[in-house]
Amino acid sequence: MPRSVAPWEIERKLLVKAEDKTNPRYGHKPEERPAEEYIRYGVINLDKPAGPTSHEVSAWVKRILNLQRVGHGGTLEA
Amino acid sequence: MTGVLPVTLEESRRIVQALLYSGKEYVCLMKLHGEATEEQVRKVLEEFEDTIYQRPPLRASVKRQLRTRRIYHIDFLEMDGRNVLFKVGCEAGTYIRKLCYDMGEVLGIGAHMQELRRTRAGPFVENGDIVTLHDVAYWFMEWQQQKDEKILRKFIQPMERALALIPKIHIRDSAVDAICHGANLTAPGVLSLETGIHSGSMVTVLTLKGEAVALAKAVASTEEILNMGHGVVAETKRVLMPRGTYPKCWRSGEI
Repeated sequence: MPRSVAPWEIERKLLVKAEDKTNPRYGHKPEERPAEEYIRYGVINLDKPAGPTSHEVSAWVKRILNLQRVGHGGTLEA
Repeated sequence: MTGVLPVTLEESRRIVQALLYSGKEYVCLMKLHGEATEEQVRKVLEEFEDTIYQRPPLRASVKRQLRTRRIYHIDFLEMDGRNVLFKVGCEAGTYIRKLCYDMGEVLGIGAHMQELRRTRAGPFVENGDIVTLHDVAYWFMEWQQQKDEKILRKFIQPMERALALIPKIHIRDSAVDAICHGANLTAPGVLSLETGIHSGSMVTVLTLKGEAVALAKAVASTEEILNMGHGVVAETKRVLMPRGTYPKCWRSGEI
């Protein structure tokens, strides 16, 4: 049976429609954001331990990093 | 259950929705309730590839109606007596516990899910930048003491990482702030875009620096957008960048 293509197996090419430059005065490359901003716009690829729920684990991250709002993408329970 | 759990910090919560809908990969240990040969097991695993029907379990957070899910692949890994180890790549919202139960029914001997580890959630995989809670606590303490930004990058990724599998459209600086105010993306603002965009596709709108501006729904295909001189190419759905990051110039024109 042919395997269906998973989203991570799709190869995409970048095509140029027009040329322009970006002004260095505004914004930052994602990896060059100032520390505080880097954290607030950050994601952690966490290895969830067995036992606690996804919700509990993200609450721990929130406490460790002393943040206001921490969420998680895709509950890992059932 | 262990494995890949992307955790969003503060402002990056806006991309949770995109992660929820992204595909997943798991390594699963299934326990058979009777005897079966490897050949029988392999055959059943293969039967569950492609499209399956599932009714969410009793304890589920969604409406319990029959729905279809794509199974991208099921790879047999190992078998030891009644223990079967396999890897499965599937659409978001596939219940692996249910998958094991159903495969047990088809085998005629019954089966249940014994252990599960998620090895992928969208673009996040278990090898590479994955960290434990212990790593997070340790690196954060190191960061507080040394204030070296390299330490932050050891355990935190920019939210753009989470959007890596969504097709991208890069736009002009002069188009950014209008999008931040909720405007739709029009053709003159587009600089480059990825292949495989169709009308209705979710796309990430980015600056030339690679910063995510918004998540949007394309209203034309890659080929169509390339040839468009004016008109809306994508409807802004979720703004990710704060207003005022780039200058407001949709009235004055030039930066």
